[in-house]
Amino acid sequence: MTPTDLRAAFIADLTAVAPDLDPAAIGDNDHMQDDLGLDSMDFLNLVSALHKRFGLPIPEADYPRLATAALAVAYLDQALAE
Amino acid sequence: MSIFTMPSLGADMEEGKLVEWLVKPGDDVKKGDIVAVVETQKGAIEIEIFEAGQIGALLAEPGQTLPVGAPLARLGVADEAEVTDPVAAPEPAIQASRAAALPAPAPAPAAKPVAAAAPGDAVLASPAARARAAELGIALEAVTGSGPGGAVLLSDIENHVSAGPQPAAQPVAEDRPKGKPGLDMTEMRRAIAAAMSRSKREIPHYYLMHEIDLQSAHDRLTALNADRTPDRRLLMGAFLLHATVKSLAKVPELNGRYDVEPYAPSGQVHCGMAVAMRGGGLIAPAILEAQSKDPDEIMAAMRDLVARTRSGRLRNSEITRGTITISALGENGVDALIGVIYPPQVALVGFGAPRVRPMVHDGTIQPRLAVTVSLAADHRVSDGRRGALFLTEIDRLLQEPAIP
Repeated sequence: MTPTDLRAAFIADLTAVAPDLDPAAIGDNDHMQDDLGLDSMDFLNLVSALHKRFGLPIPEADYPRLATAALAVAYLDQALAE
Repeated sequence: MSIFTMPSLGADMEEGKLVEWLVKPGDDVKKGDIVAVVETQKGAIEIEIFEAGQIGALLAEPGQTLPVGAPLARLGVADEAEVTDPVAAPEPAIQASRAAALPAPAPAPAAKPVAAAAPGDAVLASPAARARAAELGIALEAVTGSGPGGAVLLSDIENHVSAGPQPAAQPVAEDRPKGKPGLDMTEMRRAIAAAMSRSKREIPHYYLMHEIDLQSAHDRLTALNADRTPDRRLLMGAFLLHATVKSLAKVPELNGRYDVEPYAPSGQVHCGMAVAMRGGGLIAPAILEAQSKDPDEIMAAMRDLVARTRSGRLRNSEITRGTITISALGENGVDALIGVIYPPQVALVGFGAPRVRPMVHDGTIQPRLAVTVSLAADHRVSDGRRGALFLTEIDRLLQEPAIP
């Protein structure tokens, strides 16, 4: 998957757990909790959706690496390559 | 035969808009079945029926805004022949729109000529008014009572008749700002204002706070989640809610609804959970019968409720039967939350954001994850001493290695 595909998939899962977010308005560096207002339940649902889509374990220790769309794309790209 | 009416989904609710029927005449329903969707200040709510029977005539059409108590449908109670009412049956439009999707209603059992007196047993009314209403075929639920406790008097029946058909469908403004679909933010703000003003006006609150060392619970949670896929992981919030619900067994008077005198605690814990909406406002739907759930089941119920609060539909039992409310600020909030009780409940438990703080542990100062829990409770039904016992019990349970 290209970084563009990864970003599209990440945004799709994000807006599925937070349907009130406008996909077009989410910036690469918007912080999931601080800027987009996700709570811990929303964030866990996002991680669950990414786990389901990519089959990655995504341990809790890696959560900070999903804090923004830009970080998440880099993380997913690396994790899928391993 | 009884009448299924527009339910009250909160003390502040005056009317609701019928969005959709999920049943049709002839359908058999059992207690707890979802029969309709009503749009309220809290968004679209699935309405459950609290009586078993067979749906008779539908008395309201989707799109109508109706006051609380207005008749929505006739319900033939089990083992009673259905009574078809020749007068009130605004059905053709509904039938036509649903005919394509649904099989034709089963033919009604032979209608017995019955005096239309049966409905309305639940309505306060004078005997004369009851007799006159039966004579005229008027549902007492539809009449505004002017007697003691809202009882319907004979004069109310006469006024009802002379007033002619009630303006049941009041068009509502559709151009108000909207958050999520089906949720009117102005209305939600108004509902919160009404409930919180009533709480501060009527409930003599007292407040207690206690700092809890969460480090061992956090360590257990981390170990537990390490072996689980994300969809099966628990949040600290599930631990906190579980411990709070369990602690109510020790101080049961904090759990209940003070809506009749004398106050009686509830045997079951329907634990409300404040869910903040990103556009502003909040809803506190309840996890029903939470006292019998383990942390995994609590977590599953929390996931389901949050998802349905955000994007789906809550059920009326979930927003009207709560016996206590928990409000937690999550991971990125401030240290403490001192709440306002959601009437007619008698207690609200607030958790601040867990944060690593310097704490004395085993005789030395250590960085430990800690959370401040607060209790806002109704002084009419409990005292500080009992409230303190409750908060220390939550603390004790969170230190227990057996949980989960």
